[in-house]
Amino acid sequence: MAQMNMLEAILSAQKTMLARDDKVVILGQDIGYFGGVFRATEGLQAEFGSNRVFDTPISENGIVAAAIGMSLNGLRPIAEIQFADYIYPAFDQIASEAAKLRYRSGGEYSTNLTIRTPCGGGIRGGQTHSQSPEGIFTHVTGIHVIMPSNPYDAKGLLISAIQSNDPVIFFEPKRLYNGPFYGEPDKPSVGWDSHEKGEVPEGHYTIPFGKAAITRAGEDLTIITYGTMVHVVETAVKMAGVDAEIIDLRSLAPIDNDTIINSVNKTGRCLVAHEATKTGGFGAEILSIIQENCFWKLRAPIERVTGWDIPYPHAFEWEYFPGPKRITNAINRIMEA
Amino acid sequence: MAKKQNQSNIVNSLNKLHVPQPTARPDEFNDFSNLNIPNVEQAECPAIDTNPHEMRGLAYGLIRVLDDDGNAAGNWNSTIEPHVLVKGLKDMLVTRMFDERMQMMHRVGKISFYMKSTGEEAISVAHAAAINFADMVFPSYRNQGILIARGYSLVDMMCQCLSNARDNCKGRQLPIMYSWKKGNFFSISGNLATQFSQAVGWAMAEAQQGGGRVASAFVGEGSTAELDFHSALTFATAFSPPVILNITNNQWAISSNQVVAGGEKTTFAARGIGFGLPSLRVDGNDFLAVYAATKWAAARARAGLGATVIEYFTYRVAPHSSSDDPSAYRPKNEPDFWPLGDPIDRLKTHLINLNQWSETQHETLIEDIKTEMKQNYKQAESYGTLKSGDRPDVTTMFEDVYEDMPLNLLRQRQEMGL
Repeated sequence: MAQMNMLEAILSAQKTMLARDDKVVILGQDIGYFGGVFRATEGLQAEFGSNRVFDTPISENGIVAAAIGMSLNGLRPIAEIQFADYIYPAFDQIASEAAKLRYRSGGEYSTNLTIRTPCGGGIRGGQTHSQSPEGIFTHVTGIHVIMPSNPYDAKGLLISAIQSNDPVIFFEPKRLYNGPFYGEPDKPSVGWDSHEKGEVPEGHYTIPFGKAAITRAGEDLTIITYGTMVHVVETAVKMAGVDAEIIDLRSLAPIDNDTIINSVNKTGRCLVAHEATKTGGFGAEILSIIQENCFWKLRAPIERVTGWDIPYPHAFEWEYFPGPKRITNAINRIMEA
Repeated sequence: MAKKQNQSNIVNSLNKLHVPQPTARPDEFNDFSNLNIPNVEQAECPAIDTNPHEMRGLAYGLIRVLDDDGNAAGNWNSTIEPHVLVKGLKDMLVTRMFDERMQMMHRVGKISFYMKSTGEEAISVAHAAAINFADMVFPSYRNQGILIARGYSLVDMMCQCLSNARDNCKGRQLPIMYSWKKGNFFSISGNLATQFSQAVGWAMAEAQQGGGRVASAFVGEGSTAELDFHSALTFATAFSPPVILNITNNQWAISSNQVVAGGEKTTFAARGIGFGLPSLRVDGNDFLAVYAATKWAAARARAGLGATVIEYFTYRVAPHSSSDDPSAYRPKNEPDFWPLGDPIDRLKTHLINLNQWSETQHETLIEDIKTEMKQNYKQAESYGTLKSGDRPDVTTMFEDVYEDMPLNLLRQRQEMGL
């Protein structure tokens, strides 16, 4: 085991796979010589050559389309989209092509493409460097949607993504790259060396898709979340002083229904938290699963704490961000109901 | 266009992907001796109604007016009133010193982000001088010189960067993502090249309504790879609207050299040739050349002859942004060897040659701008900074999502206790 932050874990996953499978290639903007604007591919071009790790023109559509084409001809590409906010020009290639190829060709053709992309706010990035568009992609059948919350999961899930023969969008909450974020921007930041999930094996291991993690076992209520919010919820649970069960979904598509259903049937109370906007967001899907499966066990209405239904405002980052206070208020309402 | 001396890729092409590389990396040396810089006499200046097929050479050459001694010559040289040149010099200096000031404010934590345009000031400033104020600009994120040339208040620009109570974007955008409707300056998007095709649509509407104004859009050479660039050129050739499609080729898109955008084998101006559009390649550090090319394209647009593509060949002296460190991917001293010089120095020398300017006047001007910049910043900061709390009213963050606030947003605002 080694101590890694989330970037190092993501780098390690890619390095492991480049070494293990000579069909793995990485492409994207600034990812070659420079090693990526967040340094998630640092040193990989030097080690594996520009034949396998290379910069592309600034065309998200072109990157994804070329990666699909490369996968059709025997390679296993990892495409980096520099910010999730910039993924939209590639939407047609993702939603109409990558996601539908296996189905439309009767299983003849498919793409093993992995798209890595940093998402989420908390770094004063304004509306074009802060978005969480996962809900747009979970609505597309035919692609897996993954969002880890810690270095250990990030590496294991990314290796699974690269090995998957289906297309995967791997969202990386950039606020977590250097350490867990507990939702309190005024407090000094801490590194992953303070967290047990900062211990990461050096070699190859996988974490299967569709398996949520229970990051805290509890009896009072279930809190379902993912990404940065896993740690923010932890703070809120401490503030509220409740015995909450926290579920980190990790994998949104496929989603781990059983873990959600078992937990909510046990606690009878549930809160869903995500950073993305509320209306039509992924939280609504989670609520539907609970309504369909746990209705008779519920003792309080389920609540959602999310980003407001507005673009991410630069000056009001922390007013927008669903912080511990809003979550605590929701927990209290649910517990009092 | 960089002429690569190493042709070994031909030999290796059978089992190796060709990945374009810049001339030099940090531990290497680049004096740009591989560049072919034609002299000022070389480029023809065709009549505006010339068939684009007959001027293809202009996409591969380099339109220059100022020679190495600061004298104006060549076919693109025209009489420009000295007061226009003096204003241009002043606007470029203000732009550079504004950038320096705001970069400093970023360093001390007053603003969250900044992007300088050092070395590229002539492109924005001369272009703005050569079109009408009523012409609609669709800028990229490094065109602050256009705002300055059009007389936008420096205090307002600073307030935008500070996200304070006077920020006209109401704290919603990153610093430098300006919007100035009264100045016919479109809201800057962080997403690349999207404005390029929108400008064509604006110009189509102008043609349809007979307004007589021109649209002018900017992208960087890196962003020419985006779909929007190709949509823009396709619509521009199909509908012949009054639009100028400007490409700032500053050699570097963050860490990616222009070769990664396809600049290894052809020029960016030459992109226009395949679309049947007149395409000019211009010395972007030459105020007079930028001015002349813009005038030519604007005259064409106003005469109903359609779109023009212009590549401004320049060099990004500054880092990509305050988050970037170019020494990680290019030689530290590479900017010193850029053969087309500094746009401010070149225009200054020219004006001195014309007896319209002097070193003393220049020094005085710099001192005046310094004082003005200080006063402006003091005033801007009095309206608050991101940290001081004097931000736009927080309730405004729910406004402008729609024209009228829908019920779900009204309820979310109430939930926030506002």
